Amino acid sequence: MSSDIDPTAGPILTARGLVKRYGHVTALDGADFDLLPGEVLAVIGDNGAGKSTLIKILTGAEQPDAGQITLDGAPVRFRNPLDARRHGIETVYQDLAVAPALDIASNLFLGREVRRRGPLGTVLRMLDKPRMRTESARHMAELRIGLRSLTQPVENLSGGQRQGVAVARAAAWGNHVLVMDEPTAALGVKESGQVLDLIRRIRDRGLPVVLISHNMPHVFEIADRIHIQRLGRRVGVVKPGDYSMAEVVSVMTGAMTLDYGEAHQPLVVDQAAASAVGIGPRGEATAPGDEG
Amino acid sequence: MSTTTVAAPDTVTQGPEAAPLWRRLLSVSTLGPLAALVLASAFFAIRTDTFFTPGNFSLIIQQVMVVGTLAIGQTLIILTAGIDLSNGAIMAFGTIVMTKLAVGGSVPPALAILIGILVCAGFGLANGLLVTRISLPPFIVTLGMLNIAFALTHIYSNEQTVSNLPRLLTVLGETFTVGATDVTYGSIVTIALFLIFAYVLGQTGWGRHVYATGNNPEAARLTGIATKRVLLSVYTVAGVIYGIAGLLLVARTSVGDPQAGQTDNLDSITAVVLGGTSLFGGRGAVLGTLIGALIVGIFRNGLQLMGVASIYQTLITGILVILAVTVDKLSRRGNR
Repeated sequence: MSSDIDPTAGPILTARGLVKRYGHVTALDGADFDLLPGEVLAVIGDNGAGKSTLIKILTGAEQPDAGQITLDGAPVRFRNPLDARRHGIETVYQDLAVAPALDIASNLFLGREVRRRGPLGTVLRMLDKPRMRTESARHMAELRIGLRSLTQPVENLSGGQRQGVAVARAAAWGNHVLVMDEPTAALGVKESGQVLDLIRRIRDRGLPVVLISHNMPHVFEIADRIHIQRLGRRVGVVKPGDYSMAEVVSVMTGAMTLDYGEAHQPLVVDQAAASAVGIGPRGEATAPGDEG
Repeated sequence: MSTTTVAAPDTVTQGPEAAPLWRRLLSVSTLGPLAALVLASAFFAIRTDTFFTPGNFSLIIQQVMVVGTLAIGQTLIILTAGIDLSNGAIMAFGTIVMTKLAVGGSVPPALAILIGILVCAGFGLANGLLVTRISLPPFIVTLGMLNIAFALTHIYSNEQTVSNLPRLLTVLGETFTVGATDVTYGSIVTIALFLIFAYVLGQTGWGRHVYATGNNPEAARLTGIATKRVLLSVYTVAGVIYGIAGLLLVARTSVGDPQAGQTDNLDSITAVVLGGTSLFGGRGAVLGTLIGALIVGIFRNGLQLMGVASIYQTLITGILVILAVTVDKLSRRGNR
């Protein structure tokens, strides 16, 4: 398999016609998804649009009732998150999934500890701590996450640095896809900027990133393409340069629909709804901002 | 905003620093308890003539041997953010099983010991199954198991002490001589168990998973650790340790006593807490528990040598526990 980036290659991860029902509630109603090589794809959608269900299915946390997922063009089924991870799909969860009392190297290798060679490892099951520290230092250096010491517990780090550890862990193990669920939601302005830089570096190293975010300025700053999810379906995929933030939010809320016939000429069907969700008349987003 | 220049990462390639040796042997959490141990020893060494002698230290180790061994299992469970109130009662039942089988004559002593330890492991497994499968709080599960094991001990023993034990059951109470000091084999077993579990917790993947499960179970699960299996193994291993503690108890007292171990559950928690392990899980070390057990032993022994009534020893132990938990809580607040 060639996971190296070739812009002309087909999509890395795709989904067609995903359906997921919880009792009477239809969370996904024939959703499609395409992740291209080497891109940052933002997934946005209002509450209840099905974006978290979509992500859960793509990362193995849920199984679809119908639909097809392919990875590198081959159909796949993920029975659980571990299964998806074995296929090289790593997820960074919203709530900073690290063990705060353990040090950075231990967190990077949590659940994947490396044992020493020889009888020390096989019989006494001894961990190879020097090797794990060396590799951790290499990963952190590659992503230019500056930390004084890898032996300090993660709880001594700032929120942005902790997120950096979680991202570095995912980037170290994910060789296909990195999924990030609201990576900047818990962070301040400066730390968010650091995490966005980190996402860029990961993309530039060739790992495509799926970014779920509510923060439109962040989405527009970092995404190569934006997947807009609404009412259980993908209603459009746009490039940030082609549409304003307000237009994208309007599509997300249903105030506007994308008309692919006339490229880049969005049709505002409901100006009242658009202003109701906090969009100014010239398409400036007023509501979504940085919450410290 | 910021542009992405991919810097060659050759500036950071000097090897990652390893912690200094003393830091690797003693985690931060054990430094306070160690200081307390040294201070208490110095105090009693100055105030009494007999405290600072090899013979007295050998005695202290014998006195803390059983509770110290129980506290190893307690440490494992507390590291997972659990607690075990049943360990003393489980141990007592194990001792009655061992001694009655061995004295009855139909079972070879070695097999009787093995069955006793396996029974204790079974109790640990039962605790673990209730905690993991039904998600009951460890406090309640082990409170119930405390009563069950206590009752079974008295029913099975008919309230009778079992004596005239075969030598194999008491051999760990025998001594060998180092210099002029008598040391029991049981003390060596206890110290060896502490070292083994210090290794297992500090140097193996299972140890890492125990810490991670206690520290942030959700994060541990999401990284692929089978946290329920970790918990189940912790409770079962703790049961085995309680069985070994039972053998040490039999060796020390030369009888199977249904009244034994009734306050050992709380004493073992005391040792763990004094040793700097957090009751909130995920932080601490088993060598700290050894220090904690020794602190209790040294206070009791030293105050006794000074002629202080034993009720004051209990008073001071209580004060120490509250101090230790307060220090833990305050230091954690500083981190957040």
